[in-house]
Amino acid sequence: MSVTSQKASATSLGLAVSQLRVVYDGFVAVADTSFHVRPGESFGIVGESGSGKSTVLRAICGLAPRTGGTVALGDDGSTARTTALPLPGSKPFRRLVQMVFQDPYGSLHPRQTVDRILAEPLAIHGVPDAETRIERALDEVGLGTGFRFRYPHQLSGGQRQRIAIARALILEPQILLLDEPTSALDASVQAEVLNLLEALRRCRGLTFVMVSHDLAVVTHLCERLMVMQRGQTVEFLSAPDLAAHRVTSAYTLSLMHASSGFKRAAEPGPS
Amino acid sequence: MTATHASSPLLLVEDLRVAFPNRDGGMVEAVRGVSFTLGRERLGIVGESGSGKSQTGRALLGLTAPEGRVTARRLEFAGTDLLRCSPRQRRELRGGRIAMVLQDPKFSLNPVMRIGPQIEETLRAHTRVSSNEAKARALAALESVSIDDPERVYKLYPHEVSGGMGQRAMIAMMLIAEPDILIADEPTSALDVTVQLQVLGIMDKLVTERGMGLIFVSHDLRLVSSFCDRILVMYAGRVVEELSAGGLAQAKHPYTQGLMACLPTLGASTHPLATLDRQPEWAL
Repeated sequence: MSVTSQKASATSLGLAVSQLRVVYDGFVAVADTSFHVRPGESFGIVGESGSGKSTVLRAICGLAPRTGGTVALGDDGSTARTTALPLPGSKPFRRLVQMVFQDPYGSLHPRQTVDRILAEPLAIHGVPDAETRIERALDEVGLGTGFRFRYPHQLSGGQRQRIAIARALILEPQILLLDEPTSALDASVQAEVLNLLEALRRCRGLTFVMVSHDLAVVTHLCERLMVMQRGQTVEFLSAPDLAAHRVTSAYTLSLMHASSGFKRAAEPGPS
Repeated sequence: MTATHASSPLLLVEDLRVAFPNRDGGMVEAVRGVSFTLGRERLGIVGESGSGKSQTGRALLGLTAPEGRVTARRLEFAGTDLLRCSPRQRRELRGGRIAMVLQDPKFSLNPVMRIGPQIEETLRAHTRVSSNEAKARALAALESVSIDDPERVYKLYPHEVSGGMGQRAMIAMMLIAEPDILIADEPTSALDVTVQLQVLGIMDKLVTERGMGLIFVSHDLRLVSSFCDRILVMYAGRVVEELSAGGLAQAKHPYTQGLMACLPTLGASTHPLATLDRQPEWAL
């Protein structure tokens, strides 16, 4: 994996979400969720399907309608300085906040080559020298220029997810929203992608907001996390707290038990 | 739990090979000489995508894609030679005595048929029953997979139920004909962790109560090792290692060890994660 060190931007950006509410036809998908992500921090959101965790990400980048609440970029995380920073939904905002989707089989255009997939965000934002940027982006995700003129179906799942990461990073965003980036991948490929994400974050000073249902993956990549259930915030935890089983809510505890594997109730096993 | 090997195994597989034609007119072997026996126990088959684990399960059921070629030295189910029996016999076995639960209920249930009649269909294909009895048994089957309100779920379409509920409906559908062997191909991969455990609990109960043989195909090494009595680890179409329940820590093959090492663990911080260094000799 070759991650060429790049000029990390002087100041990372944080994110402040307050009272975020997403309602679809009367169904409350996200109910008044507030959280801060400090600049350069990696923040995790954990929950089951239907808990609204993906909707939070989609609402941040404007893919889901915000019924209420605010999303703001901030350079110190706690107080959102909205004046100088782009507003959510605007083009400059999208340049700073990019998303990687869950399913690399569904999120890449099947009829476009890797080259076109990577060129599109550059064209939209009018970024010059696409040529060198595409080559560099492919290098950074460890694929190399040999993959440039392939179609998605000629790539494995892990390679596709690397392309999806390259597409998000080619605009040099400050914040990366990761929606279950490894859940469609094999365990060994998952490890490679997680390592890649970690290395990229380190050398670029990126801020991550990552959604996952896998507690182990979230604690591996994130410093702090939020547990959600049915659109509500259940609790905030730090990764060391979770690792040491210092959790307060019963729901988090049940998630932890579930992730440790199957236990036969009738069997007197070591608990 | 002790593995209860019946005196004669339910299923005997010796040197199973599944090959598919490639573009050059040659054949590519997806499964390359897999052998195992299955008694009334829980057998796990673990491997990554492309390891041939699903093709092994499909070959047992006769569901290999038509262009594929299945060969084996022996492939026997309760004394019946599966390779040489007539398509008619095979149809009777399939669904009736060997059933399969597929990965994603969203794609494997008929979207334009209500759940109840779908379950009844399996039963009608294998036994002559009156419509009243079929309905009663479908409701009982739904109840046996811990669905609270079987009457309501019976009338729903697959898109109206959650993933966990759909998967339970599929298990009910597979169990209604009372098969001897259940092949579950990634039955819980599309489900949330907590729902996953419920579904596993249901399958576990059914296997124990009815003395079925279960083949559990999955990519999740940890889950399988906590659930099954025996585990076959597959790599590149071969079984590279056989492990007993909970014997994951004693895994000897570097592939199995590598797979375990690259999983992030709660409470252990390893940065960066170990990655799998695939050796060409594993695939030999």
